[in-house]
Amino acid sequence: MEFNPERPIYLQIIDEIKKRIVRGDLKPGEKLPSQRELAAIMSVNPNTVQRAYRELEDTKIAETLRGQGTFVSSTISIKELQKDLAERALGEFLTEMSELGLSHSEIKELLEKALEKGVE
Amino acid sequence: MLLTATDVTKTYFGKPALRGFSYELDRGKIIGLLGPNGSGKSTLLKAIAGLIPVDSGKILVDGQKVGVRTKNQVAYLPEIDPFYQSHRVIDVLNFYKSCFKDFDTQRAEALLEELALERNQVIRSFSKGMRVRLKLVLTLSRRAPLLLLDEPLSGIDPLSRDTIIKAIAREFDPANQSIILSTHEVFESEGLFDEVVLLEKGQIKWQGHMESLRESSSLKRLLEEVYL
Repeated sequence: MEFNPERPIYLQIIDEIKKRIVRGDLKPGEKLPSQRELAAIMSVNPNTVQRAYRELEDTKIAETLRGQGTFVSSTISIKELQKDLAERALGEFLTEMSELGLSHSEIKELLEKALEKGVE
Repeated sequence: MLLTATDVTKTYFGKPALRGFSYELDRGKIIGLLGPNGSGKSTLLKAIAGLIPVDSGKILVDGQKVGVRTKNQVAYLPEIDPFYQSHRVIDVLNFYKSCFKDFDTQRAEALLEELALERNQVIRSFSKGMRVRLKLVLTLSRRAPLLLLDEPLSGIDPLSRDTIIKAIAREFDPANQSIILSTHEVFESEGLFDEVVLLEKGQIKWQGHMESLRESSSLKRLLEEVYL
């Protein structure tokens, strides 16, 4: 996985796990890799993975069972997770468009045209 | 504190290598030691390892002045190769076992496999990447609380680099250990670091947490600001 050098890595790990859950690559109740394994797979500090897992637990996306590991929460709402990720992507998109000096109506127009043409 | 350096000065042939260097490090962190050639990185690591005396100031490892007694606390990976060309991997392991009483042979065997080395290979046939991988096996097999890795990523093939970074990520034991790693290969290894220390002319120019840095900037931008 390639990281964005301008965003904390623990947040990028959280996003990646959320994305995998939304796509169905990780199912509710499924076991996540151990912190050590994930640190090695992603070539990152195990402390960073620990921070990501802790945050996933605090937000009820994952749960840790003593001595067994960390699992995707079985009561997770995938719809809500999808909404979260979509809102973040939209936020980034809108910031970038405003930075280009486009007004709201111009952004809307461009977006409608792009949707008509069909996104890849 | 696992490591305390206070006002350390070292001069080589009239040229200052460390100039009033002070630093503290607790267990649980991987530190990236960065800086241009001649900024004092290697000198600092050698001084902490007790391989060279300092002119003034003091260095404590786990509360003890650097010396014979701190050798068990520190595992040092040198930039140069300490091997005999005719030795096999297993000979090197046995030699280390005789030198360090904390050397864990079982762990060494497991690390050989993880780093894709075999016990009967002869050092003479080794690429630079394989030599560094073997040095890492030796260093990690000691379970010392303080690991000093001097340029483990420079001048080797990308595949070896990746293997080494992954092995460090997997084997690091935050509850008991800290690692200081000096490198020029900043962008491949930055994910490993809790903190970075930027040296210039034997002094700290900047130090801080990587994740906090990434909230508002990047390592690349920081290095440009500090060194350009």
